[in-house]
Amino acid sequence: MTLHFTNARLIDPEAGTDEIGSLTVSGGVITARDGAAPAGARIVDCGGKCLAPGIVDLGVKIGEPGERHRESFKSAGLAAAAGGVTTIIARPDTTPAIDTPEVLEFVTRRAAEASPVRIRHMAALTKGRQGHEMTEIGFLLDAGAVAFTDADAVSTDTKALGRAFTYARSLGALVIGHPQEPGLSKGAAVTSGKFASLRGLPGVHPIAERMGFDRDMALVELSGVAYHADQVTSARTLPALARAKANRLDVTAGISIHHLTLNEIDVGDYRTFFKLTPPLRSEEDRLAMVDAVAEGVIDVICSMHTPADEESKRLPFEEAASGAVALETFLPAAMRLYHAEALSLPQLWRAMSLNPARRLGLPQGRLALGAPADLVLFDPDAPFVLDRFRLRSKSKNTPFDGQRMEGKVLATYVGGTPVFEAGE
Amino acid sequence: MSFRARHLLGIEHLAPDEIRAVLDLADRYVDLNRRTIKSSDALAGMTQINMFFENSTRTQASFELAGKRLGADVMNMSVAQSSVKKGETLIDTALTLNAMHPDLLVVRHPSSGAVNLLASKVNCAVLNAGDGKHEHPTQALLDALTIRRAKGRIQRLTVAICGDIAHSRVARSNLILLGKMENRIRLIGPPTLMPSGVAEFGCEVFDDMREGLRGADVVMMLRLQKERMDGGFIPSEREYYHRYGLDADKLAFASPEAIVMHPGPMNRGVEIDGEIADDINRSVIQDQVEMGVAVRMACMDLLARNLRSERGAKATGVMV
Repeated sequence: MTLHFTNARLIDPEAGTDEIGSLTVSGGVITARDGAAPAGARIVDCGGKCLAPGIVDLGVKIGEPGERHRESFKSAGLAAAAGGVTTIIARPDTTPAIDTPEVLEFVTRRAAEASPVRIRHMAALTKGRQGHEMTEIGFLLDAGAVAFTDADAVSTDTKALGRAFTYARSLGALVIGHPQEPGLSKGAAVTSGKFASLRGLPGVHPIAERMGFDRDMALVELSGVAYHADQVTSARTLPALARAKANRLDVTAGISIHHLTLNEIDVGDYRTFFKLTPPLRSEEDRLAMVDAVAEGVIDVICSMHTPADEESKRLPFEEAASGAVALETFLPAAMRLYHAEALSLPQLWRAMSLNPARRLGLPQGRLALGAPADLVLFDPDAPFVLDRFRLRSKSKNTPFDGQRMEGKVLATYVGGTPVFEAGE
Repeated sequence: MSFRARHLLGIEHLAPDEIRAVLDLADRYVDLNRRTIKSSDALAGMTQINMFFENSTRTQASFELAGKRLGADVMNMSVAQSSVKKGETLIDTALTLNAMHPDLLVVRHPSSGAVNLLASKVNCAVLNAGDGKHEHPTQALLDALTIRRAKGRIQRLTVAICGDIAHSRVARSNLILLGKMENRIRLIGPPTLMPSGVAEFGCEVFDDMREGLRGADVVMMLRLQKERMDGGFIPSEREYYHRYGLDADKLAFASPEAIVMHPGPMNRGVEIDGEIADDINRSVIQDQVEMGVAVRMACMDLLARNLRSERGAKATGVMV
C-alpha cells in the first residue's frame, strides 16, 4: 500500500524541524518527502496536524508471562497503537523473568501474534533478576534481545555485576541499569522531605539515586560496557551523568514522562496511583529534569508503563503496588511540556523516538527516506478529560484520571499500515 | 455550628475555629466527668466500633469510656488477631463492618494513610486513633485542652517537643495544631530522630536540649520506642537519657512556670526522670489522661451531630 500524507506538520527529530510538508510511504518504508503523490496512492489529508515518527517506548512492563490479568501483549499493543507508540521495548521483570532464550522465544512469538505494534524484548542481565549469575547473554542476543536489564531489581553483588558488564561488553550488548542504592531506598514509598514527613510515609533521599549511579559508572569505567540508566529523576544525579558523558563513557539516561509532569505533592491524600519507582520528586527536581532533557543530558523519555490491578492499589500507601500505566497517556502528558513551552515537538520526539531507537540500534525514530513507515498523526491541541475506564490497558492505574489533557492521537501506522484510527 | 468535619482523620483538615469548638465542648465534658453520675445521651442509640489494628490499651480504653458515657453501644474489635491474619484486606474488613451500620468507627492502624483509605469506603463517621507515623488527632486535641486549662490560652506560647519526632504521629498532629493556633514551636532531639525536611516545618530545631528548652512555656516529651533504642538511631538508652532525658537540671532552663507533658506510656529513666513526671507542680501527665476522655467525648458528639444532620434525622438536643 502506498500512502501520501499531505498538508502535514512534519515533526522531524533528526533534523530538528517542525514544518508543513508531505510524506510518501510505500512498501512499509518512507519513500519521499515533499514529493508529488504517486499514482494510485491513498491520499491522507492531515489538515495541518502533526505527523511524527511513532514513539519508541523503552521500558514497558507487560504481564506475559505470569500476569496476563494485568496486561497482555494484545491489550498492551492496542493501548500502544491508540497512544502513538509503534515500538514497545518490553521489560523482562515478568514472572518468571525473561532470562533464558526459551522464554524469550516464547514471548517473541506471543507478541508477534497478538500485538498490532512492534514489540522488542529486553532480557534479564542476571538469572531470575537475582543479581548473582549472568544470563546467557550471547544466546539471548541471538534470540533477539535488544538490551539487558534486571529492571528495578538492583544487584548488591558488585563483583557479579562487574563480571556481567564485562561479559556484555565483549558481545557489544547494551546494559540498562536502575540507579538506586537499595540499602537506602529499602522500604521507601515516597521521596524524603517535608511532604513525606507530614504524611508519615517512609522516604528515600534522592541521593540514593546518585549513589547507585556512581557505583554503576565505576563499573562502566572498568568494563567499557554500553550503559543506559533507565530513569534519572533527581538533580543530584545530573552532574554525575554529565561528567560520565564528558569522560566519554558510553552512557545514556532516560526518565519517565511521569517524573517530568508530576511531583511528590501530587500524591496528596495517599493516592496510590501516584506511587512510582523511583518515587515522584520535588518540583525543583522536576524542573531540573525538564531542562536536562532540553539540553540533551537526559536522552530518553519513556512511559515506564507498569500495569497494576485494582487490588494491589487499593491498599494503604506503603503496602500498595508501585507503578502506573502510561502507553495511552504518554503523548498527551508530553504535550503538557510542549504547551508549557518547555520542550519543542522535535525535542520531545528526539527523546521519545529517535534517541531510544538509536540507542538500541533500531532503524525507527526518523522521517528519513528508507526509514520504516512507523508514524503517528496527532492533534497536539485537542482537549479531553481522561477517564481511566476507557483506557485499553487491562489495568487502569493512571495518575491522570479525571485530569484535563491536550493532545489526541488521530492515527497510528506501523510499517505503513494503519493500526489505529481515531473514532474507530 | 462551627465544627463541620465529617470525619476526624487528622488535625491537618481542621480549621482553628473547629479546634476551638472541640475544646469548648470538651471543657463541659470535663465537668460532667467529674460528677458522680457521668452519663449523657448524646450518642444514645448509636453504635460505636473501636477497630484497633495495632495494640493499644490506653487509647482504646479512653475511646470506650467516652462512648459509653455518651450512651453509645460500644464494641471493641481487636483486629490485630482476627480476620487480617486470614488474608482479608483492610477495605473488605471495613465493608464488612460498614454493613453492620455503625455510626462511629474509631480506627488505629500501623500504616500511614490507612484510616483515610478506610474513611473513603464507609458511610459512618471515622475517627483516627493513630495511623502509622501520620496523625493522632485526639492526642493533639487533648494536649491542647490540657495546655489551655493550665496556661489559660493556647496561642503565643513557646512549646518544646522533645524526643523521637521522626517516628511520632503525636508530634505530627501536635505541631500542626500548635502551628494553626499560632504558637512558637521548638523541636528537640538527636538529628537521627528528626524527620526529613524538618527545616521547612517553620519550627526551630535544636539538638542541644538545654538550648531548646530555654524559656519554654510547655515541655512536651515523646515516648522513645524500644525498637529505636538499640544502636540504630541512638547509641544507647543511657546516652539518650544523659543528653535528652528530662531531668531537673535541664528543666531549669525552661520557664519557671513551664508545664511538663507526656502522651504515655512513659519510660521512666529513658526520656523522663520519674520525680519530674510525678511532680504535681510541673507535670500535667495525669491531666492529659483525664482530658483525653473529655476530648474524645467532644469529638464523637460533634461528629454525631454532623452525621445526624447529614442523614436528615431530627437532631436530639444535646445538653451537658
